[in-house]
Amino acid sequence: MEKAKFQAAAAALLAAMAGVAQASPYNLPKGVTELTQEVYGLHMLIFWIVCGIGVVVFGAMIYSIFAHRKSRHPKPADFHESIPVEIAWTVIPFIILIGMAIPAAGTLIKMEDTENSEFTIKVTGYQWKWQYEYIDQDIDFFSTLSTDSNEARQLGSGVDVYKVDNYLLDVDKPLVLPVGAKVRLLLTSNDVIHAWWVPEVTGKKDAIPGYINKMWIQIEEPGVYRGQCAELCGRDHGFMPIVVEALPREEFEAWVAEQGGRMPGEDAGPPQMASAARVAAADIGVASEAGMSDAGAGASEPVGDAPAADQASLMEQGETVYGNYCSACHQANGQGMAAANFPALVDSPIVTGPADAQIQQILQGKGAMPAFGYLSDMDIASVITYTRNSWGNDAGVVTPADVAAQR
Amino acid sequence: MSHAATHDEHHDHGPEAGIMRWIKTTNHKDLGTLYLWFSMIMFFIGGLMSLVIRAELFEPGLQFVQPEFFNQMTTMHALVMIFGGVMPAFVGLANWMIPMMVGCSDLALPRVNNWGFWILPFAFGLLLSTLFMDGGAPAAGWTMYPPLVLQTGDAFPFLIFAIHLMGISSITGAINVIVTILNMRAPQMTLLKMPLFVWSWLITAYLLLAVMPVLAGAVTMLLTDKYFGTSFFTAAGGGDPVMFQHIFWFFGHPEVYILILPAFGIVSTIIPTFARKRLFGYDSMVYAMASIAFLSFIVWAHHMFTVGMPLAAELFFMFATMLIAVPTGVKVFNWIATMWRGSMTFETPMLFALGFVFLFTIGGFSGLMLAIAPVDFQYHDSYFVVAHFHYVLVPGAVFSIIAAIYYWIPKWTGHMYNERLGQIHFWLSAIFINVTFFPQHFAGLAGMPRRIPDYATQFTDWNVISSVGAFVYFVVQFVWAYNMIVNCIMKKGEPATSRVWEGAHGLEWTVPSPAPYHTFEEPPVLDESEVQGAHADEHQHEVQGKPA
Repeated sequence: MEKAKFQAAAAALLAAMAGVAQASPYNLPKGVTELTQEVYGLHMLIFWIVCGIGVVVFGAMIYSIFAHRKSRHPKPADFHESIPVEIAWTVIPFIILIGMAIPAAGTLIKMEDTENSEFTIKVTGYQWKWQYEYIDQDIDFFSTLSTDSNEARQLGSGVDVYKVDNYLLDVDKPLVLPVGAKVRLLLTSNDVIHAWWVPEVTGKKDAIPGYINKMWIQIEEPGVYRGQCAELCGRDHGFMPIVVEALPREEFEAWVAEQGGRMPGEDAGPPQMASAARVAAADIGVASEAGMSDAGAGASEPVGDAPAADQASLMEQGETVYGNYCSACHQANGQGMAAANFPALVDSPIVTGPADAQIQQILQGKGAMPAFGYLSDMDIASVITYTRNSWGNDAGVVTPADVAAQR
Repeated sequence: MSHAATHDEHHDHGPEAGIMRWIKTTNHKDLGTLYLWFSMIMFFIGGLMSLVIRAELFEPGLQFVQPEFFNQMTTMHALVMIFGGVMPAFVGLANWMIPMMVGCSDLALPRVNNWGFWILPFAFGLLLSTLFMDGGAPAAGWTMYPPLVLQTGDAFPFLIFAIHLMGISSITGAINVIVTILNMRAPQMTLLKMPLFVWSWLITAYLLLAVMPVLAGAVTMLLTDKYFGTSFFTAAGGGDPVMFQHIFWFFGHPEVYILILPAFGIVSTIIPTFARKRLFGYDSMVYAMASIAFLSFIVWAHHMFTVGMPLAAELFFMFATMLIAVPTGVKVFNWIATMWRGSMTFETPMLFALGFVFLFTIGGFSGLMLAIAPVDFQYHDSYFVVAHFHYVLVPGAVFSIIAAIYYWIPKWTGHMYNERLGQIHFWLSAIFINVTFFPQHFAGLAGMPRRIPDYATQFTDWNVISSVGAFVYFVVQFVWAYNMIVNCIMKKGEPATSRVWEGAHGLEWTVPSPAPYHTFEEPPVLDESEVQGAHADEHQHEVQGKPA
């Protein structure tokens, strides 16, 4: 109730100030998702609370500066402490803070809940472009600054940037999403840290090499929404915009078909397995494309077929994963480091025993060993298969489905 | 009154003549002067860098510099201002004032003091030399996040070693301050009779000791990652780039308070003087600073809400950060209660101190907004953050330094500054600092990310205003420089009395102006009227006098 009143007052004041409702040039956008609107409400709530505190604090100060100047108040008072007053101005702010913390915590909890997403898009930051992989639709492309912005932004280009459409906020190929669908974004990076931010769609989240961060968005209104990389990522940090185009569902499906993709459920395979394999395929795709200088629009073809989960390909991928995540402690020869209490994997009861225990330990971690649940099913299956069949171990193959079953 | 003054007349312990005086000096006043001059030069250099930034951002499109040079400017501006400007200025004030405030002849470790200062020109020589190297200066931001910072060229080892040197300098200064305060106070000066400026520096010095080694560790790991094949922060080798951010901000957040606690001490000294009334809630001021210092160690991850921490961590760091508002609020309320029913005049130091309270509070408000994690996802790395930390650093820390210099320079040089020029300096500074930084709140909320050399056209208006403000603010500082140099240092101003300000209390006002080269070689007898915490009903000041 209070909040609604604040919001109404805020909206009225702001609208009166400039007569603009949307895409305010001086305030957060309300945005087109439930979360951005909730965040906007929180922002305005806190803003009005601090304004209220400001009126009291600055009011007292200005009054004192006026009334207690030497010319009006020549004889200073002599008080210098008051326990009740000091307790009051410690406790009252604390109570106000609790009033802020409760709605803030509620929104935060909601934001972190990526369950029940309809489908997943993997977003990879590059210096200086974005790659979007629609895991479930088999669509994959890069998105870079549009040509006319890119020409105009060069030092001494002589181009009037006001004549460029959406200067610095336009791309060759936007991220296309269906309206009303809860979409999970997985964020990672191929080089340095980037951050994905489209103010009207979502707050930002970092894209970090070696990490997969996740967030979810559910756009309620069709439209084109623009944002930028928000984490300093080198020379052209200011020139890797993000454009999201939200389409009604039928148009989105038509777009998917046009891109040569397919909607989830159109293929026969068990969805979990197929999805996991495609994540893995996408990972491999990233690795093999890392050297590409300019993928641009040409990279929209689907990345490879889902590799069969046979022992040879698992072993091959597992060796890479092992090198990235395991060998620092367990060593390339699987002997571990006894002195540092890193156990050997050769003849290890975990590695040569039941596979489920090993899967669990990798997903959950144990003692000094971190949890690797953020790795894909394919990565985990391959690295387990690799450890179970190297250095004289011979303990069989683990498939991505086995891993998925343990999650 | 002054033991020190009479004592000094019997001996000739004056300074050595010529340049060697400044190189060899172990005198706290000389070193204080050196620190302050060094800091002023760095403020000038850092200010020029900010003008490059503001010139490029005056309108959209690239007009003056390439993006990589722009990034070098933002990075170097921050490093120079933080480590070269604000920190040495506070150390300079500590050097000058702490011995005179606690009634001892010098800092406890004078040779260490000399060494601590003379490290700095070499540190900044290394750092600034990178501007002329192939590949240019560091450009990955002062936060030096890997993997980006590992792409730095030849400048990289210079950056790391410069930071090591700055850290050593800070640690020597901190040790000196702690040892002096704990061992060398005048006999009657108990801890809770110390001036608040001394308290603020004692707490700051402990923060420095705690976190500068952490920064040194973090940058050393960067160095070995780059040159010795380690993978502390490299994901491909099993390392973790986010771990750097945790380590860096475990240093970085206490660092924020290192930059503001001495300012609290200064403002808590100046307001009672010009309100002619004792500081309200002396004890709670001390406890508030100690609480802020403690909290500074458990809130670091609010600088990195967007890295994808677990929900529980985000909630913890959000709540802990919000808590800081409580002791900070106590300080602001105490300052206002000190003014309340006082008898105020508004000389330049008071104006800057009041400007501090107003504008630092605005920075505190935006800080509270930033603490709200779900909303921070929108504010983070936008110009809203730039506005926030400039409000606490420029009209916060820098205004307090300016106020302190106006307040104490008559004591240092024996001559008053020109009050009219001081008032002009304050009003122009206060207006144009707001012209510079207030619009950045709006640019950030409207979606402008920080650290970009060029921007979409809808952000133009705010950036034009901000750039104009920055240039005027920079020029206005020459009014101050003129006033200080001509009237105080070149002694053209009125001679100062030893008390200087009608309402001033403290041992530093019991020695003549200018303060003799050696003061308090024999411990003074502490008169209760000079005690900030407890001078009770004595010492009623004359109440006649003209309006300010």
